[in-house]
Amino acid sequence: MTTPAPVETLDLSTLLPGFVTTDTRPGYSGWVVDKNHLVEFASKLRDEFGYDLLTSVTGVDYLPDDKMEVVYHAFKTTGGPVLNYKVQVPRQDPIEVPSLVSVYPGVELQEREIWDLFGIIFTGHPDLRRILMWEGFEGHPLRKDWKEAYFEEESKPFKSRWPDGKIVQAENNNKFSDNIAYPAGFDPEKWIPEGEDALYGSLAKYEYTSQDGIKNDHIVVNLGPQHPSTHGVFRVSAVLDGEIIANLKPVMGYLHRNHEKIGERNTFLQNMPYTDRLDYLSSLSNNFGYALTVEKLMNIEVPERAEYIRVIMAELTRITNHCMALGALFNDLGTFFTPLIYLLEERELILDIFEAVTGSRMMCNYFRFGGVARDFPEGILEKIKGLVFERLPKKIDEIDRFMSDNEIIRSRGIGQGILTAEDAIRFSATGPLLRASGVPYDVRRADPYSIYDRFDFDIVVRQNGDIYDRYMVRLEEMRQSVRIIQQAIKGLPVGEFQTGKPQYQVRVPAGESYGRVESPKGELAFYVISTGKPSPWRYHVRAPSFINLTPYGHMCVGQKIADIVAILGSIDIVLGEVDR
Amino acid sequence: MDVKDINTPGYEIPEEIEGQVAITTLDKIYNWGRSASVWPLMFALACCGIEYICAQASRFDLSRFGMEVTRPSPRQSDLMLVSGTVTKKMMPTIVRLYNQMPEPKYVIAMGSCASGGGPFKEGYNVVSGIDRYIPVDVYIPGCPPTPQALINGLIKLQEKISKQSIKTVRWYQKGEDQASIPVPILGPDLIDPRKIPLIKNHEA
Ligand code: SF4
Repeated sequence: MTTPAPVETLDLSTLLPGFVTTDTRPGYSGWVVDKNHLVEFASKLRDEFGYDLLTSVTGVDYLPDDKMEVVYHAFKTTGGPVLNYKVQVPRQDPIEVPSLVSVYPGVELQEREIWDLFGIIFTGHPDLRRILMWEGFEGHPLRKDWKEAYFEEESKPFKSRWPDGKIVQAENNNKFSDNIAYPAGFDPEKWIPEGEDALYGSLAKYEYTSQDGIKNDHIVVNLGPQHPSTHGVFRVSAVLDGEIIANLKPVMGYLHRNHEKIGERNTFLQNMPYTDRLDYLSSLSNNFGYALTVEKLMNIEVPERAEYIRVIMAELTRITNHCMALGALFNDLGTFFTPLIYLLEERELILDIFEAVTGSRMMCNYFRFGGVARDFPEGILEKIKGLVFERLPKKIDEIDRFMSDNEIIRSRGIGQGILTAEDAIRFSATGPLLRASGVPYDVRRADPYSIYDRFDFDIVVRQNGDIYDRYMVRLEEMRQSVRIIQQAIKGLPVGEFQTGKPQYQVRVPAGESYGRVESPKGELAFYVISTGKPSPWRYHVRAPSFINLTPYGHMCVGQKIADIVAILGSIDIVLGEVDR
Repeated sequence: MDVKDINTPGYEIPEEIEGQVAITTLDKIYNWGRSASVWPLMFALACCGIEYICAQASRFDLSRFGMEVTRPSPRQSDLMLVSGTVTKKMMPTIVRLYNQMPEPKYVIAMGSCASGGGPFKEGYNVVSGIDRYIPVDVYIPGCPPTPQALINGLIKLQEKISKQSIKTVRWYQKGEDQASIPVPILGPDLIDPRKIPLIKNHEA
């Protein structure tokens, strides 16, 4: 067991005198940096202070103050707490902030997202296009003065849905009886769709010469959004030179369900079931992250028993997720369906436990601020014990025995899709993707939350950073999760499972909060801003599957076209979380 | 289906050839064959798609009902199982897929998202149900529907198929292809070509 790294008190205001100030707003922390010195500040932080992992970048619209803010969260890969800094700019278009891609390439997709949703231009960004919506879409939806077509009120519960109110369907308030709105004077007949020129333009920028002097034609191949191997509605656009990938861009947004806009209308607790639907393969981990974040703001404690229940459920979730991830990876590598069906069998047994405890197989909605929704039902502990002490260890060994030496897995996995440790950190990769590249970074150890510091478990690391190592990391992590659950079951105390009375409407003091957990896919974090009102001012999800896609193109270039799906499978994405 | 159910009542079949000969109507035998070999499109949009995979796996074993052969190509499939949230950005692709499916084709809206927008209905990129664009045969409620619910919905579709008649079905009628749907356009917001006159005359 390790103790958390001591909190350093940094005084960064002397770093660039006059350009860095502390954030003094009540409930806020961190630093405010002058926008013209942002790049310099970030490079110093990285090179002199060791903040090499910039996990999250996001925007906030402070409409009443007439300001836009970009918030950065940086960490050290050696562990320790967060360091956040912000850039504030006036809210008059064009809003410009220098891009950090040159310092941290991991922000590439995130900055595109901020441009798409907030309309902040990142000067110096190599490929600033819309990412979740399409080119030609009207407006930047996360701005506070942008209203969706079905807009009713700023926050829920909407009067029309309150028990005494008359039920009005949202369609009835819309001119077209549908979820659409157009700018004034819009003539659909004159509209010329922008199409995909921007995407293909960005791909064509990358040229390379053939060695033999023969003029080669590159072809562009699109995979998805409807393709059985893309794990949902994901799309890949690749430039090919023969069979070799010359350049590749992920294209997303086909499952953009507007979590963050809806989250600003919801009350704090109403967001809990929505978090289930982010990474729908591991809903309890998402609950965990969101509950932690809001608890930080509310400053409440969680009873012992609830902490243990949370850990047990979260680790069971990790096992179900890895079952699915490995099964899908095997599918992508060519061992069609048989391993997946073996792994799904174990997943089903765990889903039975989820159903008994939470009431639902997939969408568990189980965590509450200050505890969990209900206690373990009678007899469920015996079931969990049977699984983690008897069945699962044997089954994991079985998969290991069948698959780890399998010819297909080895020849298609070893040495393919390599991501070096340095690159993994540069690209802000987290989770198994980072650990397979030789970086022992796991939030459960690096910045322990809940009661993870009490358990004895290993951080699984492999050194080669290829597809095979990512498979091995996940397999071994399942064993470690089993170990944690075994200890948690032995230590499970009796007592309360919730602080105070369950509340429908919680009071959240004003301030900001960044809470993170090690979800099965990587660092899952929520950035929540409260103004003391019933709903959050800003609700941002730092989605591991989304950010782990940043190095995807880098990993694919130089590989064969058939490796596109194999590498994607080894990253392990879920579209609900990529597009949010 | 039992042989008894295929036979049209009122025709005596001599005992010695019972079980080898059936006297039936064309509709019955045609529908019997079709309903027991529905090929769904391998197509999953969101969370509901995971329950679809579970229904396919060994525990719920969808193949007991003759609908397990999923096809990655729309040209080979009979059923589009819309399993998840339909977004505006995805809508043109879905309509194109639907248009590429040959007749006879069916659509199931699985889950509350596909049926009416579900928990994300108010979202700016979400379509309020797939039936705004393509005709739906069976709706399955739930978020997500359990595999049992899904199987129930598929059986409902089989019942629907077995009640159709060659004389009246859409795909044997004369005239133009009724099932083809104009592909939506990605404009400042999603544009349904069928609604262009309405959009044109609107006042913002
Ligand atoms: S109905 Fe529920 S489970 Fe299904 S796609 Fe929609 S949110 Fe996901």
